[in-house]
Amino acid sequence: MKLTGAEILCQTLERLGVTDLFGYPGGAILPVYDALGKSKLHHVLVRHEQGATHMADGYARASGGVGVAMATSGPGATNMVTGIATAMLDSSPVVCITGQVGSKLLGSDAFQEIDITGITMPITKHNVVVSRAEDIARTVREAFLIAKSGRPGPVLVDITKDAQQASAEFDWENSEPKLPAKRKRASYDKAEFDRAIELLNAAKRPLILAGHGIMISGAMKAFADFVHAGHFPVAMTLLGIGAFPANDPLNLGMMGMHGEAWVNHAIQEADLLIAVGMRFDDRVTGDLRTYAKSAKKIHIEIDRAEINKNVKVDAALVGDAREVLEALNPHMEKKARPDWHARIKEMQGDAAVRDIQTLPDFGHLYAAHVINDLWKETNGDAIVVTDVGQHQMWEAQYYHHNKPRTLITSGGLGTMGFALPAAIGAKFAKPDADVWVVVGDGGFQMTMCELATIVQEKIKVNIAIINNGYLGMVRQWQEFFYDKRYVATPLVAPDFAALANAFGIRGERITSRADVLPTIRSARESKESMLIDFRVEQEDSVYPMVPAGASLHEMIRRPDNPLVETSTEP
Amino acid sequence: MQTLVAYVENKPGVLNRVSSLARRLAINIDSLTVGPTDNEEIARMTIVAHTDAKGAHRLEASLEKLVDVLLAENISERSLLERDLALIKVAADQQSRPHLMDLLKVFRGRVVDVAPDSLIVEVSGTVDKIDGLLEVLRPYGVLEMARTGRIAMTRGGDLLQPPADAEPAAAAKS
Repeated sequence: MKLTGAEILCQTLERLGVTDLFGYPGGAILPVYDALGKSKLHHVLVRHEQGATHMADGYARASGGVGVAMATSGPGATNMVTGIATAMLDSSPVVCITGQVGSKLLGSDAFQEIDITGITMPITKHNVVVSRAEDIARTVREAFLIAKSGRPGPVLVDITKDAQQASAEFDWENSEPKLPAKRKRASYDKAEFDRAIELLNAAKRPLILAGHGIMISGAMKAFADFVHAGHFPVAMTLLGIGAFPANDPLNLGMMGMHGEAWVNHAIQEADLLIAVGMRFDDRVTGDLRTYAKSAKKIHIEIDRAEINKNVKVDAALVGDAREVLEALNPHMEKKARPDWHARIKEMQGDAAVRDIQTLPDFGHLYAAHVINDLWKETNGDAIVVTDVGQHQMWEAQYYHHNKPRTLITSGGLGTMGFALPAAIGAKFAKPDADVWVVVGDGGFQMTMCELATIVQEKIKVNIAIINNGYLGMVRQWQEFFYDKRYVATPLVAPDFAALANAFGIRGERITSRADVLPTIRSARESKESMLIDFRVEQEDSVYPMVPAGASLHEMIRRPDNPLVETSTEP
Repeated sequence: MQTLVAYVENKPGVLNRVSSLARRLAINIDSLTVGPTDNEEIARMTIVAHTDAKGAHRLEASLEKLVDVLLAENISERSLLERDLALIKVAADQQSRPHLMDLLKVFRGRVVDVAPDSLIVEVSGTVDKIDGLLEVLRPYGVLEMARTGRIAMTRGGDLLQPPADAEPAAAAKS
């Protein structure tokens, strides 16, 4: 059957199981949009191509499948760069399809021509230019395969306009992916495996560092079996949250720069760290020279380039987390480790008395209160999509996720403006889920144009703005490390509730703690989206904090009574 | 200095991906040679990089993540042969020519072009050998030089061949 390249693209996407894609039309992709109109694919019109990539990313993270974003050549493609880099750093399978000028014009600086494969080379897992209609089906199938396999990542397919317009035979059977014949490396040898078993069963103070890789490989059950067999305490990375239930007594909480104090201390006291699907990011380790000095390390990781990159390990099990854990499980000796758990409990006690939730309430509205109430009201079952900054850390500390893929956040790149569009993508992946955006007043203003997308698509996404009138995390750094010189962090914002109304979304401003829960409840009960502008304490900080470059145990702790130091009035 | 060998897809843009990766990892490439193999779809690269063993591991593992790199291997610690080829145009008049010829014998260099006041010398060998020849030629006047950069091969039965057959491609999600 002869079809145009554009039609082949749409049919290929349908055959690959795509139902929704996120994009913005333009000259060089117009043939594809014409074909989209005749296909079963649902196209979500975004307001900025960065939004399209974040939506595809949010879709991928919520569903576990591949997200698809589309844009035209030139500025359409370059606007995708931030979203592509975000997906790259967080190993998210996103396929970006861009239009390109006709192949005869390539290299001529034609209108809206840009070398997008050159630009995105270091921020994609792979990218490719297609200039023949007959190559489209195979290339797109390869793109999906590459995006999803191994350590996932974004793939960009740049299709010239003439390839979209030309006709070619569409033959699904003969468009099988034909990827280069790469060498298969043996993942690990028996000696390495035996060494890991020996370390695991001999450890007195072991601790697991649980990362995103557990969810990517679908290793939740194997992981839980592993944890319970060895009775290992578990610390989570930011992106690992959800991989192991927060309500499991063995889950200690988040590690790292804003991790729980007892978790960081436990890491420093451990005699064995078992890193699963995580990459020892500097936000997790602090100063490498003092990191977990007394611990041996086992690294279970699919990406060989991560082994010994930041932390030298004693046993490296390179492979899919699920396969490795399933291989390890039969060899695990049952342990109780009462002394080690008692020691961790002891460290935990100190932190509990500093917890903001236990402090007297003098009418202050703290971000932590909002998050805690959101958690309670949603029974911890919502998909929460966060932006980057203080609210992101408070969410990670106070919203307790029991299920995988329920916290979606930009970890590696730390992209402000991620939350709102990513939540829209997540809603398309999980239409029945209660999707909440938790976002700061700074990040929200970066991509708030996507409110119009919510309205146009008639979807329900609730938005909680943690509004403190500052670029809060940067302000916090200025408070701690720059003598409170608040340069360029005080932030004027529009009346967000009125802004929401202007878009056709219900909006409300909340200033007191008593109103938090009822407003969240009302948002959940409504069929339509709602934006809540929570005016929180302006100069609150995220505690504990490991200053950048400091040792993991050198944390700035929450002052015993923060209310003495901060005021209620803006 | 670390030496890596890679087999890559012989198609446009692959060299860019490889060099861009080294740049991203902040690894300075001392020399990079690309040549065909007896399979016209596959090219072989020898990469000599200013880095330590840890950097070389990172480069090797990261190279293998590129879709178009079939295999990458750090062979620095293995028994290997390294060769560099140089063409050196050196000033030579009637007087100096016999002296030059004697020197070239010692270095097993070949004269491949003779002009009234210059010679082109072809010499291959290790980098040290070529550097050594250059040093003794300099007083005569080195007018121009072209060097290939290193190619390397492990010795004896230690084979480094491109992966034999295409693995059957896994079916895409359908």
